[in-house]
Amino acid sequence: MAKVIINDIPVEALNDASILDAAKEVDIFIPTLCHLDLESFNIEHRTGSCRVCMVEVELGGRSKMMPACCTPVQDGMKIKTNTPEIIQIRRTVLELLLSDHPFDCLICAKSLDCELQALARQFGIDHLTYTGERSSYPRDTSSNAINRDLDKCIMCRRCETACNEIQTVKVLTGYKRGFMAVVAPPEMKPLNDTNCVFCGQCVNVCPTGALTEINYINPVWKAINDPTKKVIVQTAPAVRVGIGEEFNIPENESATGKLVAGLRRLGFDAVFDTDFSADLTIMEEGHELINRINKNENLPILTSCCPGWVNFMEYQFPDLLHIPSTCKSPQQMFGAIAKSYYAEKIGVSPKDLIVVSIMPCLAKKYEAAKPEFINNGVPDVDYVLSTRELAKMFKEAGINIAKLKDEDYDNPLGESTGAGVIFGASGGVLEAALRTVSEVISKTELKDVNFVEVRGLEGIKEATVKIGELDVKVAVTSGLGNARKILEKIRSGEAKYHAIEIMACPGGCINGGGQPYIHGDTTKLERRMKMIYTEDERKVIRKSHDNPYIQKLYKEFLGEPGSKKSHELLHTHYHKKREK
Amino acid sequence: MSEVTEYKKILPEELYRKLDSFVEDLGIDSKDPRKKGYLIQVLHKAQSLFGYLPEEVQKFVARKLGVCHSEVSGVISFYNFFTTLPKGKVNISICMGTACFVRGSEKVLKEFENFLHIKSGGVTSDGKFSLDVLRCVGACGLAPVVMVGDRVYGNVNPKMVGDIMTDCIKLANSMEENK
Repeated sequence: MAKVIINDIPVEALNDASILDAAKEVDIFIPTLCHLDLESFNIEHRTGSCRVCMVEVELGGRSKMMPACCTPVQDGMKIKTNTPEIIQIRRTVLELLLSDHPFDCLICAKSLDCELQALARQFGIDHLTYTGERSSYPRDTSSNAINRDLDKCIMCRRCETACNEIQTVKVLTGYKRGFMAVVAPPEMKPLNDTNCVFCGQCVNVCPTGALTEINYINPVWKAINDPTKKVIVQTAPAVRVGIGEEFNIPENESATGKLVAGLRRLGFDAVFDTDFSADLTIMEEGHELINRINKNENLPILTSCCPGWVNFMEYQFPDLLHIPSTCKSPQQMFGAIAKSYYAEKIGVSPKDLIVVSIMPCLAKKYEAAKPEFINNGVPDVDYVLSTRELAKMFKEAGINIAKLKDEDYDNPLGESTGAGVIFGASGGVLEAALRTVSEVISKTELKDVNFVEVRGLEGIKEATVKIGELDVKVAVTSGLGNARKILEKIRSGEAKYHAIEIMACPGGCINGGGQPYIHGDTTKLERRMKMIYTEDERKVIRKSHDNPYIQKLYKEFLGEPGSKKSHELLHTHYHKKREK
Repeated sequence: MSEVTEYKKILPEELYRKLDSFVEDLGIDSKDPRKKGYLIQVLHKAQSLFGYLPEEVQKFVARKLGVCHSEVSGVISFYNFFTTLPKGKVNISICMGTACFVRGSEKVLKEFENFLHIKSGGVTSDGKFSLDVLRCVGACGLAPVVMVGDRVYGNVNPKMVGDIMTDCIKLANSMEENK
C-alpha cells in the first residue's frame, strides 16, 4: 500500500494504482478524455495521450505536472487536482484539441453524447483561443455499418484498443506521424476493404463523432409512409433492456411494453419480436446439436447467431468453417419466415412486405445485405436500425416512450419464451439450447430451467451439464479476443467440447455496437444483463419448444426441425474470405 | 495473425527467399515477447532488397514476425526512410536538416526539381531517377549535402546540380549495361 495525500485528504492506495484510481477512492473526480476503464471486463485503456487529466504531484520536495490516468501512486506523494493552474492547463489542452476539430456540433450525430463536447462545457470554453490549420479527410462510408469521420478524431486511440487488443481483429493502426497522424486501417484503406467484422466496438468506445453508425432512419420513414408497402418490425432481445436509458425509464422497470407501444405509434403495420425467431433458432440448432451428439461427429457445434463472429470466423478461421451451426441468425430467420409464411398468410407479395430490424448491433446491417440473404432481388431483411437510431426516430417523432402504456407484440411472430429473450446476454443462446436439448434427449421435464453457470460477463465460461447419461461439456465466450483463444484450442485439438456459444461483443448483445453509449460505465451492462434475466423469469413459458406459435409454424409450414423446407429457409453456408 | 495468407505476390520470389533467410538467421525465438523489436531491422533489409515496401512485402514481414499487418503499416508510415512506392534506379536525396537548410539546401532541391521535372518524392517517367529529402546524414560540416545512392556530395550549390546529374546519368546507364 502507498500512502498519498490528495487535496489534503490522506489516501491509502494499492501500489500499482494510478493517481486517478486513488483519487476516486475519496470521491475526487479528475476529468479524463482518452482514458477508458471497462471495469467489468478488466480492460483499461490508458495511453495518456490527451493530457486532460493533468495533476500536480509533489514528491521529495519537487513538484511536477503528471497525467493522473497513467502515473502510479508512490508513497509520500502530495497531489493537487484542482488548483487554478491545473484548471488552466486542462483548459489549454482542450482548446488545443478544439483547434483541430470541426465546429459542427449542431449537426453532429454524436451531439450531446460527445465526451469532448461535455468537457468543453464543463470547462466553460466559450471562444476559440487558437486557430490554425485543420486536418481534413474524406469520410469513410464504404461499409453499410460504420461511418468514419477522421476530422473529428482526437487520437485517443480507444478504437485501436477495442479492435486490436479486445477483439484482436487488428485492422486499425496509428498511421503517419505528427499533424498528419490518423487512426486508420493500413494505407488508410476504406473499412470495407479490410478484415473489419463490423462488430462496432470501436464505435462504442469513441468519445467523439469520429466513429458512428451508418444511419438508415430516412429510408425507414419513407417505407412506413409508402402506402403500397406493408412494413413490419422485429426487435432483438437486447434492445428492450437498452432503449429505456435513452428515455430515463427507471432502472428496474421493463421497457419492453413501452418499446412496442412506441413502434406502433411510429406507424409500423405489425410489431414482432426477434425473440420468436430466437425460439425458432433453438429448434433448428438444438436439432443439429442432438444429431451431432448422437452421431458423435463434427463436435463442438458453434453458435451462429452473431454476424460479427461469423465474419471473424470467415476471415480468420477458414479451416474451421465446418463446425459452426448452419443456422441463420434469428434476424435472418425472422426475415425468411416473414417473407414466406407470414406474407402468404396475409396475402402480400414478399416484395411489398418491408422487414425492419431493430438491433443492438452494427454487424447486423452488414449481415442483412449479404448476397446469400437476398432472393431474386428481395432481401429477407430490408433495413436494420440500431437501438440508438430507434431512440432518435422516437425523438424525431415526438414520442416519449417513458410516458406510454405497455402494449403487447402482435401475433403470430411476436410470441416468444424466456429462452428467446436471454439470447441478449452472453450465455443465453447456450442456456436456451440446453433447456430444449435436455428435455428432448432425456424425455423428462427439467426441474430447474436456470443454467446459472453459463451466465455472467466473464469472457470465457465453461460448464459440464448432465443430460441423461451424457456429460455435455459446454463453453461460452464473448469478445472476439476470447473467441480466438477458444478457437485456437479447438484447432490444436486441446479443447474438447460439445457446444460453444460465441458472441463478438464482450458481454454479448447487451454491449452490442448499436446500443446506447455507456461511456465506460460497465455497471450499465450489469443492469442490462439483470433485466434480461428478469424478463425471462416473468415469462410463463421459458422453453423454446413449448412456444405454441413455433409449434404451429412447424405444423402448418415447416414440417419438423431440420426438414427440407427448414433447410431452404433457415440455414446457410459459410464462405472462406480472402485476407484483405 | 491470420492463417490465410493468400495475397498476391508480384515481386521476385528470389528476393522473398533472401528476406526469409535473413529473418531465419536472426534466430528469433517465436516465444520471445520482444520479437516485435526486430521489425524495423527486418523492414530495413526488405527495403534494401525490394527497393520499397508494398503491401505484399508488408504482409510477408508481418507473417514472418507474427505481428499484424496494420502494425507493420503503422511503423512504415511513421518513419520517413521507409517508402511504399518504388523509387527510381538512382535515388537523389537532398538533406533538409537544420545545417543544410540554413546553408541553402532548399535552393538545391528546387534546382533538381526543375532539372528532372518532378517534385520531391516523385520518380521520373522513365523510372531512372527519383528525388526525395532526408533529415541529417551526420555530415553537417559539408552542408548542404546531397546523396546519390551511397555517394555523398558536400558543399553543394545550385550551380553544381548539372555536374551531379551528369554523374547520375552515367550511373544509371552503367546500371542498364550491367543488366
